[in-house]
Amino acid sequence: MSNEAEDVLRIRTPIGVEYAWSAGTRSSAYLNGLLEGKLLGKRCPSCSRVYFPPRNGNCPMCGVLLGDDDVEVGPNGTVTTFCVVNVPFLGQKITPPYVAATILLDGADIGMQHLLQEVDAADVRMGMRVEPVWAPRDNWGPTMENITHFRPSGEPDVDYSDYAGQL
Amino acid sequence: MTDEMADGPGYAIADDGSFTAPLNLAYPYSRTVGPIYGAFLTGLANHKVGATVSADGTVFVPPAEFHASTGERLDNWVDVANEGEVVSWSWEADPDDSQPLNRPFAWVLVRLDGADTAMLHALDVTDTSSVRTGMRVRVRWAADAEPGIHAIACFEPVEIAGGGPS
Ligand SMILES: [Zn+2]
Repeated sequence: MSNEAEDVLRIRTPIGVEYAWSAGTRSSAYLNGLLEGKLLGKRCPSCSRVYFPPRNGNCPMCGVLLGDDDVEVGPNGTVTTFCVVNVPFLGQKITPPYVAATILLDGADIGMQHLLQEVDAADVRMGMRVEPVWAPRDNWGPTMENITHFRPSGEPDVDYSDYAGQL
Repeated sequence: MTDEMADGPGYAIADDGSFTAPLNLAYPYSRTVGPIYGAFLTGLANHKVGATVSADGTVFVPPAEFHASTGERLDNWVDVANEGEVVSWSWEADPDDSQPLNRPFAWVLVRLDGADTAMLHALDVTDTSSVRTGMRVRVRWAADAEPGIHAIACFEPVEIAGGGPS
């Protein structure tokens, strides 16, 4: 070697694990639905609650396996709770402030979290009705990112008593 | 990973309709190496294999920071050869991307000439009949390695004149 190497003070020691993750039959039905622009949940045969996204296993309330049949929910829903994100963090894709909302899709019994846009954060409220905004169909994949965000639908607010059981 | 996942949409759908996708976790750690490993790795970058030597004359490669029996701090250095002997080995039939060679190879414990301990590395041989305990091997330096043990690309058999690998 013509030149002496610099003193080594630090080394990179990256590690990783590579999995093949299988979604299982019920989550796969949900993912297949997203490819077609449908929001598909599954119903508990005991308590009739509709889970979206569906669980692969059992209803956590009843302990029985969810039914096989797809249950289409939404596309509109109701904001049950929400959070105004003001804090920047690593990997953040949207400039704060923005609203992460728990949205109870029509026909579902558990809320799901999604982004709420096209509304001032100060105007967001529990009971607000919202609709999905879909990405261009050419960009769809088996992912909830097919819906870029929700926005107010203009429908009248829902009374608290109508979703108090699904909070 | 199937070709469909690698080259297609990033997921595969089985006959029963279930989705499978790669899920890769990676942690890009780095670490400081301290004075002893640092000196060892600096030596490797200069194509020298350094060893620490204890008061009882034991030569440690890779260098130990302390003597395991006496607790003695080790900071006397000596260079050892870049050739040595396989003291144990294991076959790697299916290497992954993080490993030193991208084809089947042997993991070997090599005791370099002048050392009393053995170090782990890869030995570039094509099959299990080409590796045995006691065989002579030498360092193959990496052409362009970042700082670390991969300054040694791997070990290779020492060819004996008039014969195959010893
Ligand atoms: Zn149930």
